[in-house]
Amino acid sequence: MNIRLKLNGKMISEDIAPDLLLIDFVRKHGCKSVKRGCETANCGLCTVLLNGKPVLSCSVLAARADGQEIFTLEGLQEEASEFISFIANQGADQCGFCNPGFVMNTIALLRENPDPTDDEIKSFLSGNLCRCSGYEGQLRGIRDFLDSRKGGDR
Amino acid sequence: METKEYKVVGRSMPKKDATQLLLGKPVYTDDITPDDALVVKLLRSPHANAVVSEIQTAVAKRIPGIVDIFTWEDVPKNRFAIAGQTYPEPSPYDRLILDRHIRFVGEPVAIIAAENEKAARKAMKLIKVKYEVLEAVLDFRKAKDHPVLVHPEDDWFPPCEVGGDNRRNLVASGENHDGDVEAVLSDCDVVIEHTYHTKAFDQAMMETFRTYTEFDRYGRLHVVSSTQIVFHCRRILSNALGIPKNRIRVEKPRIGGGFGAKQTAVSEVYPAFVTMKTGRPAKIIFTREESHIAGSPRHEMEITLRLGASRDGTIRAIDLYTLSNSGAYGEHGPTTVGLSGHKSIPMYTGSLEAFRFSYDVVYSNTLAAGAYRGYGATQGIFAVESAVNELSEKLGMDPTEIRLKNMVREGMVMPAYYGETANACALDRCLAHCREMFEWDKKYPVRDMGNGKVRCAGVAMAMQGSGISNVDVGSATIKLTEDGGYILMIGAADMGTGCDTILAQMAAESLGCDVDKISVFGADTDASPYDSGSYASSTTYITGKAVENACEKLKKEICAIGAEIIGCSAEEIQFDGGEVIHLPTGKKIPLSDIAYKCQCFSERTAEATASHSSPVSPPPYMVGMVEIELDKLTGKVKIIDYMAVVDCGIPINPALARIQAEGGIVQGIGHTLYENLTFMENGGLIEKDLMQYKIPTRLDMGKLTVEFEHSHEPTGPFGAKSIGEIVINTPAPALAHAIYRATGVWHRELPITPEKIVFGEE
Repeated sequence: MNIRLKLNGKMISEDIAPDLLLIDFVRKHGCKSVKRGCETANCGLCTVLLNGKPVLSCSVLAARADGQEIFTLEGLQEEASEFISFIANQGADQCGFCNPGFVMNTIALLRENPDPTDDEIKSFLSGNLCRCSGYEGQLRGIRDFLDSRKGGDR
Repeated sequence: METKEYKVVGRSMPKKDATQLLLGKPVYTDDITPDDALVVKLLRSPHANAVVSEIQTAVAKRIPGIVDIFTWEDVPKNRFAIAGQTYPEPSPYDRLILDRHIRFVGEPVAIIAAENEKAARKAMKLIKVKYEVLEAVLDFRKAKDHPVLVHPEDDWFPPCEVGGDNRRNLVASGENHDGDVEAVLSDCDVVIEHTYHTKAFDQAMMETFRTYTEFDRYGRLHVVSSTQIVFHCRRILSNALGIPKNRIRVEKPRIGGGFGAKQTAVSEVYPAFVTMKTGRPAKIIFTREESHIAGSPRHEMEITLRLGASRDGTIRAIDLYTLSNSGAYGEHGPTTVGLSGHKSIPMYTGSLEAFRFSYDVVYSNTLAAGAYRGYGATQGIFAVESAVNELSEKLGMDPTEIRLKNMVREGMVMPAYYGETANACALDRCLAHCREMFEWDKKYPVRDMGNGKVRCAGVAMAMQGSGISNVDVGSATIKLTEDGGYILMIGAADMGTGCDTILAQMAAESLGCDVDKISVFGADTDASPYDSGSYASSTTYITGKAVENACEKLKKEICAIGAEIIGCSAEEIQFDGGEVIHLPTGKKIPLSDIAYKCQCFSERTAEATASHSSPVSPPPYMVGMVEIELDKLTGKVKIIDYMAVVDCGIPINPALARIQAEGGIVQGIGHTLYENLTFMENGGLIEKDLMQYKIPTRLDMGKLTVEFEHSHEPTGPFGAKSIGEIVINTPAPALAHAIYRATGVWHRELPITPEKIVFGEE
């Protein structure tokens, strides 16, 4: 079947197998940031934005993206660059394998709620698993970013 | 304590790869290797103990896209071990690439090489296997001397004598002691005697096992793998495939977590075999399910402990017996078990008059265990710390007081720890610090919240080692670039731990330069100097010292080159990092001149390599305290606060040390409260994905606070010890303690699920 979609701002028209998953489609198009951590929609590593909303690309058919707009971290480098140094300062990137999904969902969070509380951050990102960091450093990083944006340097 | 002012060491700074990782750049095995490599899939056995009587692949081979299918008949018949350990390995040579005798549910029976995943999956359905199903040994408690042998083969081979015997289902056995433990125990006022049980917990690193293989431009086998052990991997592949080691190159790119899982060559042999047979690039990516059912999890252990004390709380004797389940294969079996005693009992060196530690490691027809952060110490510490908590509750003593009374202190000789001396030990300060920070006196009493919920606290101590004494070798090569920068080449594996960064910090400290001047390369068997690899909490302590030594050598070499330029003796040259100075005249030579000198009419090179090994393995120490709120109706345990104070010597990068500690604590919370493994009647695992194997989310861990008490380890680089593993050890005993405080029931089996709490199962 043929689909037409916008991937990171670029129009793509392609014949695909109907059972092709979105994760495999975007990885094939060079978006290697999108990672598969499980096959059961539990880990959040494959998070992409579909029409601006975070979805798990391992659980979405590529066909569902027909006529839609997809963003992966490859297309949101600038937006991510605003806050990732705060995560890095905590050393909370660790192995990095969960980072793209976590960063994508953080982008979605901050677009929806520019000034979240700690509980709102934890709740929004609860589907993004990380086995290395223990999560606390990721939270400190986001908090530091939000504080810096308010002009305070804590 | 020696305190030194360091410029780069002891400072928090981002990891060298942080930006690449956080921006999702392609840095992992699957990202950087070709998409059109052959897809390698494994057909796995549904039986726990069986012999393949017939296997038909002809029909499956006709599927378009199937390149070849291999069975036990096609593979070399030489047994090998896949544990990443120093030669001669303590682990028995008990594996074949494919064995006709199947020993656990999930063991591969065929290797499928296909042009694409779909064809491979179709082939899995069309391969016809007839099994002669045998009785399986599924209960590891009954495995020793069971009439059914897991490894009846004649070519079973232990490279080291570790007390194993395949005719008895024994991977290893042993005993050691100091003093007369029976005599002291019989003289004790109180003896706590119980059996503790921990499961085969899964590392659940976010990146599953994966390996890519190809023939390089010289026709050698080039392996790109997510591994902690490039050099051991090369040896394992050589043993398995029967090809010379100089015909193999193993490199690791970035690794998506390891936690010890990737200290075993779990996935490497399959695509390597396919490349050898077909000549084509091949790639295997384990599914999450494969990672669970055929990975390399923690050794399930049952620890029977007798702890004797006097009425005043003096701990006088510990007798500890560990039964460890190595599963179907023996990798890491003989060594993990050692830590259950050697890294738990010595914490009470302060008062202990006698100890005995004995063990059996058995084969069974369950998934093969391997290395997992903590490596046996986690299991042993759960038992010992639980017993000490029980003793304090029994005697009505504060559990922190009883520990202060008995704990190991700086300068003590530890008979239960190979007679090593605790040269750097701040365990007493860790306890005092944690008690104050946590407000122990306020949180320890049980507080009824009036809504069916109670709040209370628990405590535990932990220790680990820093590398394997007399075994581990760390190495580093440091090279000067033409503009005064450096390349640091290592064989240790940064798996997210940040070792590339902290080793660069040590190099920068030694060379007196900014850390940005140090670029790190690793790990690649062709280019890196030999390193055992990153495991056993060795990299900071062992490889770190090698980095320090290599830099000292390079500084001397730089002075010698400077002397050649000036035409004087090397003694007249000083290099303090910034510039090379000719002392008599004060003339300065830029580092770029030194580097360029080596590139023009020169027999010198501005590089140095050093290796390091240690006769001791200095333990880091820590104290963890947890406050929980337990719902008596549902049995749910909510963690309010987890606080810990760690003595890892001098933390090289405090931010990274803190993250290590926080991550380890949360992993420990996971195996204490939710992560579980249960087996069906046929020996198959129930929790084979992240839907059922529940690891903590960010809603599950409460507030974490980690602080440090410094000590200065005289044999470590810049006073450092290790941090990677110890941090997983306190949650189980601390939480079991808090749950006892809330419910009056001691839980001695992990995980302690809400069901067990509600029904009061011990």
